[in-house]
Amino acid sequence: MKRIILLFIALALAAAPARAQSKLTVVATTEDLAAIAREVGGDRISVDSIAKGYQDPHFVEAKPSFILKLTRADLLIVVGRELEIGWLPPLIQQSRNGKIQVGAEGYLDASLHAEILEVPQGEITRAMGDVHPLGNPHYWLDPENGKRIAKDIADKLSQFRPNDRPTFEQRLADFTTRIDAAERRWTADMAPYKGVKVVTYHRSFPNFAKRFGLDIEGYVEPRPGIPPTPQHTLDLINEMKRQNIKLVLVEPYFDLKTPNAIARETGGQVLVMPPSVGGVKEVSDYFKLFDYDIKLLIDAIKKTGAK
Amino acid sequence: MVRAARYVSAAVAAGALLLGPSTASAQETPQALRQEIDQLRRDFEALKQQYGDRLTALEAKLAAAEGAAPATPAPAPGAAAGAQGAPQTVQVPAGAAGAGGPSGALPVYGGAVTGSKIFNPDIAVIGDFLGAVGSNSAPDAPRSLELHESEAAFQAVVDPYARADFFISFGEHDVTVEEGYLTLTSLPGGLLTKVGKMRAAFGKVNTLHNHVLPWTDRPLVTHNLVGGEDGISDAGISVARLIPNKWIFLEATGQVFRGDSGDAASPLFTAVSRDEVSYVGHLRGYQDISESSNIDLGVSFARGHNDAELGNDDVRGNFITQLYGVDATFRWRPLQRSIYRSFVGRTEWIWSRRDQLSGLQKSTGYYVSGDYQFGRRWFVGARLDASDRATDASLRDTGGSLVLTYWPSEFSQVRGQYRRTNYALGDPANEFLFQFQFSIGAHGAHPF
Repeated sequence: MKRIILLFIALALAAAPARAQSKLTVVATTEDLAAIAREVGGDRISVDSIAKGYQDPHFVEAKPSFILKLTRADLLIVVGRELEIGWLPPLIQQSRNGKIQVGAEGYLDASLHAEILEVPQGEITRAMGDVHPLGNPHYWLDPENGKRIAKDIADKLSQFRPNDRPTFEQRLADFTTRIDAAERRWTADMAPYKGVKVVTYHRSFPNFAKRFGLDIEGYVEPRPGIPPTPQHTLDLINEMKRQNIKLVLVEPYFDLKTPNAIARETGGQVLVMPPSVGGVKEVSDYFKLFDYDIKLLIDAIKKTGAK
Repeated sequence: MVRAARYVSAAVAAGALLLGPSTASAQETPQALRQEIDQLRRDFEALKQQYGDRLTALEAKLAAAEGAAPATPAPAPGAAAGAQGAPQTVQVPAGAAGAGGPSGALPVYGGAVTGSKIFNPDIAVIGDFLGAVGSNSAPDAPRSLELHESEAAFQAVVDPYARADFFISFGEHDVTVEEGYLTLTSLPGGLLTKVGKMRAAFGKVNTLHNHVLPWTDRPLVTHNLVGGEDGISDAGISVARLIPNKWIFLEATGQVFRGDSGDAASPLFTAVSRDEVSYVGHLRGYQDISESSNIDLGVSFARGHNDAELGNDDVRGNFITQLYGVDATFRWRPLQRSIYRSFVGRTEWIWSRRDQLSGLQKSTGYYVSGDYQFGRRWFVGARLDASDRATDASLRDTGGSLVLTYWPSEFSQVRGQYRRTNYALGDPANEFLFQFQFSIGAHGAHPF
């Protein structure tokens, strides 16, 4: 028994309390949230993210190196809506950081004021694939939601650093103004192509489609999270031919074999369209995400004559 | 709503502009005016937020009060656009998220009183169906067909300081609490403390539940030296701490257990009196090599009283088993194709020092395995096994396996394993094992 006590004493002695840093340490689960946090926090915060923009955010590995990031975090910003359910809970649990536990002050679910689409109705079962019972978690692909996320982040940062509140609010106002201006430009660019029909690989783009007037008519995945099957692919090809759909949008982390085959059969074009900041090298912030995606779309629409 | 709010805010701002000059003194600069407007805007935003929240709460109350009445759409905030004509929903009470509960709108099934259901733990059941063909004369070899294990998991946050996890394992003949522990998540000093019954932090395989193993079975060395399928799993207290350093992830774990471990076919520790507790220590180092590959190294130690001469009162309790282990795992998973390609290579080496009346038995065993994912749903693997027996180090069993795994979805798995075992005594075994695993309920974390 003595040995037990000694063991505990030894471990307790080894414990050195972590010192708070002057800069607020923010960890976001995705590069999108990190980008927005950077807009709002500026040099008052240091921002790190976990999932890369070019990796499937549903399947991030819970690496111990991420535990180290969370251990030091003052604030954790999550996408929520169960996007991170497969990997974030064990990371938070092992972070030994009371500040960022679910529901604690340093845990911010960025989805709470955003417009969430595709909240399932009626009975849901896993026969529908990997459905998200709380709605589609890819909501950041609407600049209006970007503003809402930014506001939540600014409020949260101000809560932590009341003295910096004017800075955060100033930066939020600035971000909002720039987003509004950019959104007018994006909407105007897309206006001539309103209602253009597309197919996407995964259900990553409902918010984007709603905002910019795309009509998503089908998915390469037969059900969320279920890889393409020959029958479904055939049905999709027929549907695309029937409706004369030319564009297949694919997230950078999916295999292009099936989308390419579909494009060959239908005379369409595959667009590797990043749904996240960091999805391709050029997309280094939240604005460039829309700049890139919209340019990609418009170029392809012009080229294929898609309607 | 948003648009209306914008008009109102514009009106307020305009009003402020009109009022401004008449009330402001001559010294007031445009900047001060701007600040004032900003302040007004902030106040207005706060007011809007406040009323929005109240409205939401009111709607939720209304929805709850209507109870079993025919579904009236009660759109959730922020979900309004997607939830047109959605079934009746109720807002999660504030603080539910703090208890690990969901947030946002939840469907209501069967009336207002069921709101308390949201505090129920996450529940999942995992079925493990195992079949075997071929020859194996070992007494504990798998039967032709069996529902090897049905594991029920209950997991939730207890309070702001702790969470609890229960894994109840239903075998073919018995029910055991595979694990059931409280985790204190926010102790000072970065100590992660667990109290309850748990799988000990000895190496890698010992910590894993059956359904996350890359095989249908456990390696020979686990069977011979580390307590078989149950492994070192006991009631005790575990403390783990990160050792801060500039270079790698380093975690030290110390555990104290009652001193009973191992399953009937391969007993490991047996405690007769209160002071025969067992100890486990583990040091884990982890380092990312690149964004797609990493290395995980561990050393482990375990010590406890064994079951030698239990019937002999004179010498009982004098026999100790000590285990030393080294484990290494290399993982590769290219991030951009992470759902299609991966490789995990792992090995564990274990040295056992078992005291018994006939003298100290120094046994060694290891396994080496590799698993390669070659498609979104397909994995192929191989494992090499060798281990002396704990009670007689002169007997060495060896074996090897080839494994093919198919994943219909994230929630089910079909696996076939060809296994050859050369037992030190008796005939070699040639078997084909096949397994269906399926999970229902809450979405668990992916193993790492």
